[in-house]
Amino acid sequence: MSSTPEVYLDSASAQRLHPAARETLLAALDRGYADPRRLHGAGRDARLLLDNARAVVAECLGARPDEIGFTGSGTDAVHRGLLGLTAATGRDGIVHSAVEHSSVLHAVQWRGSPAHASVPVDAAGRIDPAAVIEAAKGPGVGAVAVQAANQEVGTLQPVDELDLPGGVPLFVDAAAAIGHVALPDRWDALAGSAHKWGGPPGVGVLAVRRPTRWTTPFPGDDGLDQPGFPNVPAALAAAAALQAVIGERVEVAARQFAQVARIRSAAAELPDTEVVGDPDARLPHLVTFSCLYVGGDEIVTALAARGFGIASGSACTASTLEPSHVLAAMGALTHGNVRVSLTPDTTDDEVEAFCAALADSVHDIRERAGV
Amino acid sequence: MVELDCRDQPCPRPIIELAKALPSVEVGGLLAVVARDPAARHDVPAWCRLREQEYVGEELADDGVPRYVVRRLS
Repeated sequence: MSSTPEVYLDSASAQRLHPAARETLLAALDRGYADPRRLHGAGRDARLLLDNARAVVAECLGARPDEIGFTGSGTDAVHRGLLGLTAATGRDGIVHSAVEHSSVLHAVQWRGSPAHASVPVDAAGRIDPAAVIEAAKGPGVGAVAVQAANQEVGTLQPVDELDLPGGVPLFVDAAAAIGHVALPDRWDALAGSAHKWGGPPGVGVLAVRRPTRWTTPFPGDDGLDQPGFPNVPAALAAAAALQAVIGERVEVAARQFAQVARIRSAAAELPDTEVVGDPDARLPHLVTFSCLYVGGDEIVTALAARGFGIASGSACTASTLEPSHVLAAMGALTHGNVRVSLTPDTTDDEVEAFCAALADSVHDIRERAGV
Repeated sequence: MVELDCRDQPCPRPIIELAKALPSVEVGGLLAVVARDPAARHDVPAWCRLREQEYVGEELADDGVPRYVVRRLS
């Protein structure tokens, strides 16, 4: 084991709890334990905290408090949000980009429909808005799902250009984008995940604009909150983290954008290495590249041995043994894949050390493979 | 046609074997790699793009395992 602490470069999987969230969570655990639906004092305390959390999240997302629901995860927010739109339109067909998060693809597959359509992306991972709009005109299409930003390659999608036909609502998975970039204005329903912005795990957010028809696709009433006892302390901590992260966003994003540009150029200088995703219209903190002749598990292990924790979309690192559907849809190399996502406190020195460790690791692995 | 049996080799071994075998094929000649590895379906065409070779397509070997065919261009 290395004696130096690991440099964590996988914030796109999960962020460390933001200090603002930690303080809020500890206070709210003591104050927000009761059932917010009860009329006793403790219940009213919990209700106050939950209302506060809802108001803060609404403001951060550009929505109204009554447009915000809390769920048990980002995945649950996606499932409820998207399937609630098709449940309300009565048409099961979903048009979606080929690079949506697996939670969106699972929601699509849950109810088979001849009207489902996957819209391809270009080599940068971006949809063609005209192709999405055209597909949305198909009979039986009940909703369109397009992410704000891609979770694996960081490419921003032109969501605000999606002028969809009347009666076809737009679902935006914003989980990868919230707290990192300005969100699109155009959406009817939007989902996010608190642990990706520095909130606690186990909190998803579902926003549904009020004129939009939405009805719960699962057992329970038509409220946006996931049924069951609400996790008031976690919701409040998630809201506190979001408020803090959005307050720091412009400054943090500018620093991260430059750090990622440095990693992109260092990776591109390696022989037979392809940096994927849009170089400019991208998340500030995330970069993905693939190294020819290198195993995804080998590069993850080699970088871990040098003190860096990173993710990979290669098949040998996936629970499914299938390579990343995002890389496949882009026509990118799926093996030797490295996804680096910076934390707000990643330093320039750590970035330089990573670039050096990367070059060494790739060289060593290729030498062993005899290529 | 030169055919590489990479049926039971994990990712990215089929691509490594493809790269190593390329010089043994004449320019204009065909080279095929047979692989169960699901990544090969994406990575053989991507390798062709990166190495400026022609990806001819996917077939099935006699035992039903995918065979990916490449033409050497340079």
